[in-house]
Amino acid sequence: MSQHILDAAALNQDEALIPKSGWFEQSETLQKLRKNKKFPTIWCPGCGIGVVMGALIRAIDHLGLKNDDVALVAGIGCTARMPVYMDFNTLHTTHGRALAFATGLKIARPDMKVIAIMGDGDALAIGGNHFIHAARRNLGITALVVNNSIYGMTGGQYSPTTPLGKRATTAPYGNVEPPFPVCDLAIAAGATYVARSTVYHALELDKFLAEAIAKDGFSLVEAVSYCHTTYGRLNKLGTAADMMRALKDNSISRTAFDAMSPEQKADNTKIVRGKFVDIDRPQYTAIYANLITRVQGGEK
Amino acid sequence: MAVKLMQGNEAIAKGAVAAGCRFYAGYPITPSTEVAEVLSRELPKVGGKFIQMEDEIASMAAIIGARVGGLKSMTATSGPGFSLMQENIGYAAMTEVPCVIVNVQRLGPSTGQPTAASQGDVMQARWGTHGDHPIIVLSPISVRHSFDLTIKAFDFSEKYRTPVILLTDEIIGHMREPVELPDFKTVKIFEHSVTEKPADYKAYRNGPGDVPPMAAFGTGYRYHITGLFHDEVGFPTQRLDEIDPWLERVNTKLTNHMDEIALYEEDYEDGAKVALLSYGCSARTARHAMKLARAQGQKVDLLSLFTIWPFPEKQVEALGDKVDRIVVPEMNRGQLALEVERIVGRKKVRRVGLANGEMVTPQMVLEKMGG
Amino acid sequence: MTTPRAGTGTTTKMADRTEVRLAGEGGQGMILAGIILAEAAIHDGRNAVQTQSYGPEARGGASKAEVVISSGEIDHPEVLEADVVITLSQAAFQKFSGSFGPDGRLIAADKEESEKASGSIKPGGWLIVDEEKVDSSAAPKNVRLIRLPITKMAVETTGKGITANTVALGVLVGLTDVVSREAIEKAVTARAPKGTEDMNRKALQAGFDAAERVKAKK
Repeated sequence: MSQHILDAAALNQDEALIPKSGWFEQSETLQKLRKNKKFPTIWCPGCGIGVVMGALIRAIDHLGLKNDDVALVAGIGCTARMPVYMDFNTLHTTHGRALAFATGLKIARPDMKVIAIMGDGDALAIGGNHFIHAARRNLGITALVVNNSIYGMTGGQYSPTTPLGKRATTAPYGNVEPPFPVCDLAIAAGATYVARSTVYHALELDKFLAEAIAKDGFSLVEAVSYCHTTYGRLNKLGTAADMMRALKDNSISRTAFDAMSPEQKADNTKIVRGKFVDIDRPQYTAIYANLITRVQGGEK
Repeated sequence: MAVKLMQGNEAIAKGAVAAGCRFYAGYPITPSTEVAEVLSRELPKVGGKFIQMEDEIASMAAIIGARVGGLKSMTATSGPGFSLMQENIGYAAMTEVPCVIVNVQRLGPSTGQPTAASQGDVMQARWGTHGDHPIIVLSPISVRHSFDLTIKAFDFSEKYRTPVILLTDEIIGHMREPVELPDFKTVKIFEHSVTEKPADYKAYRNGPGDVPPMAAFGTGYRYHITGLFHDEVGFPTQRLDEIDPWLERVNTKLTNHMDEIALYEEDYEDGAKVALLSYGCSARTARHAMKLARAQGQKVDLLSLFTIWPFPEKQVEALGDKVDRIVVPEMNRGQLALEVERIVGRKKVRRVGLANGEMVTPQMVLEKMGG
Repeated sequence: MTTPRAGTGTTTKMADRTEVRLAGEGGQGMILAGIILAEAAIHDGRNAVQTQSYGPEARGGASKAEVVISSGEIDHPEVLEADVVITLSQAAFQKFSGSFGPDGRLIAADKEESEKASGSIKPGGWLIVDEEKVDSSAAPKNVRLIRLPITKMAVETTGKGITANTVALGVLVGLTDVVSREAIEKAVTARAPKGTEDMNRKALQAGFDAAERVKAKK
């Protein structure tokens, strides 16, 4: 393996070695993958989405959840193809509507862990309305947004999270629209757990996802990723490894951010990783269960 | 239950409860809102759940999600909302998730006249979503019929794993008539039963039979559901040898069972050479006209269609063989008449269409029956 | 342009079919009055269908309820040509109290409003108006026009103008006998909010009394 990649992953040669045989069977977490689905995935080699899938599996595994008790609901896009590879109840829906489908499913099955998996365009452009309302209702759903700042599947059009000035196939002269801050949007809409990390910081993603899934309320994890195939090429950002390294170099922890002076904070252009909200608010399905009890008890 | 003056929309809500509907998601829109109002009150009483979503797209998505989770589910809307639901109606058809969509038709296009009646969504109900797909569309003619057809809608949607559209209209939806509803306990409800072990379960198996049983999420039968073309276990596929059998099964699973699905009422006379064919509120006008014509000594047949999609071709063809002329009153510019013309030929069909919010009158029908 | 209506309604009416239209502005409770009338018909052991039409306004505008009463089946659910029209507002009067001209076109009670007209009254039918709310000078000439201060009577009887719809029902039933007095009283009190049953009974009686005075004069 080239030094280039090892550096980006902060690994030494020994750690990067994959066992030659039986490695799949030896890994408990990998048993969460579907054996009857032919791999490889549809993702481009080097894509960050696979890292998020790994983190999600490890988080679910860490919580000791049964496969039958987990539902993954996705919309349309590269990220939304994630559920098909995993051995849970998986619902691949229409573009932008993952959270709306998840709403019905969660209400029908309040005991299930329902996780909506979306890309940035899926969650915040076509699905923006469902995003804020799911958060407002505080439905016990985990929204996992993989933010790569671009529409990857359709070939690189600008999304609601494409930074100002960056190029896309539909922004050939640079993007003129300011992006949505995903976490701020979720916080404003009422989410009870909000955290952000990057695909470089995979272990941090594991932790945030585990906390988010355990949360009895609407939780959001923004996994900042990259698309070297479209966004990287159009903006001359190099290979997947270069973009992975950039996530390491261009992000800081929330602790480091909090230590900054107001001036430094105002000038900060780096991605801030960390947990921003972790509060408790009555969860929708619990409130509704209570309503049913009241009504069946004769309340008019 | 005693005789009670009840509104059509209320009867739909009661029919849903009787049919075992335990989840409703919707967005307020005239003239359908009473369905939501009644269900928001009634569903919790039977342990069911009601939610008002942020729009009709989300409503349609939520009822599919809830049915995947095992609850029989329904939404209700009117023209503009029905347009918004179309993509996810196609999703339900593709994924074979049962659900019931009530469309209380109002005058369109666009905002049109929210409080005026129409039957202008006949073609949209059939072809509103993209691609070839199965769908059942039922249209009630009275308040009691609204109750009965809602139950039928759930029955068909479950039995055939298809979205069913209850295509009513502002007249029938807002009309009040005396009705006596049956004891809900006497209503038979279709329940899917999966006999395979989870490891052997194929949600989309092609045979035996043309409708595989549906397992709910969270019951140990975890599988994949997608709006992409899929194989028998639900995984996306581009293989023609997997797509073609599925296409064949899904597009014929309704037409193979038209003896059960085609609901209609024939009131025929020996020797009649003119017939009236209608549905929904206009079927009432047609019956009124029929009685007047018979009172004047004219022989006339009446075919009232309660199932309008898949189109009951066999019944209409037989009527076309029997009479010289078929008058089709409807509150649009001839949408169902097009289908009648397709079956019996243009020359036999007389359209009576109003698309301005006013009901067709019996007089207008009588005039088309003569000469 | 509205679509011309073909012919008059009279030729298409069934024998056992009584058609009543109750009209007013949104908020006057005329749709509720229609529902109550239909319920009264059921108490009489007859069949009834009630339909309604209203504008986008929750208050104001012109709204109507229509009730068709029969001992048999009721097919076409809307009024074809009303036997009785009662109206409490000028806008509703103009829109719903027209007549059919010789060419089959509906002519509104106000010629200026003919394009907006959407309801007629049959020759010889009852046209009851609130004389303080409605200038009925343009009423069709071939109807039995009854002018009474219905809202004022409500205020004088119960102190509340909102009981005008109940007074209107009393006048309507008192004059036309489309349902029995016992049935309408039963229907009114069943629908009255708790604690207002007596008030509504009084309002209904005021309507009956006014009807008797009209009959005595004729």
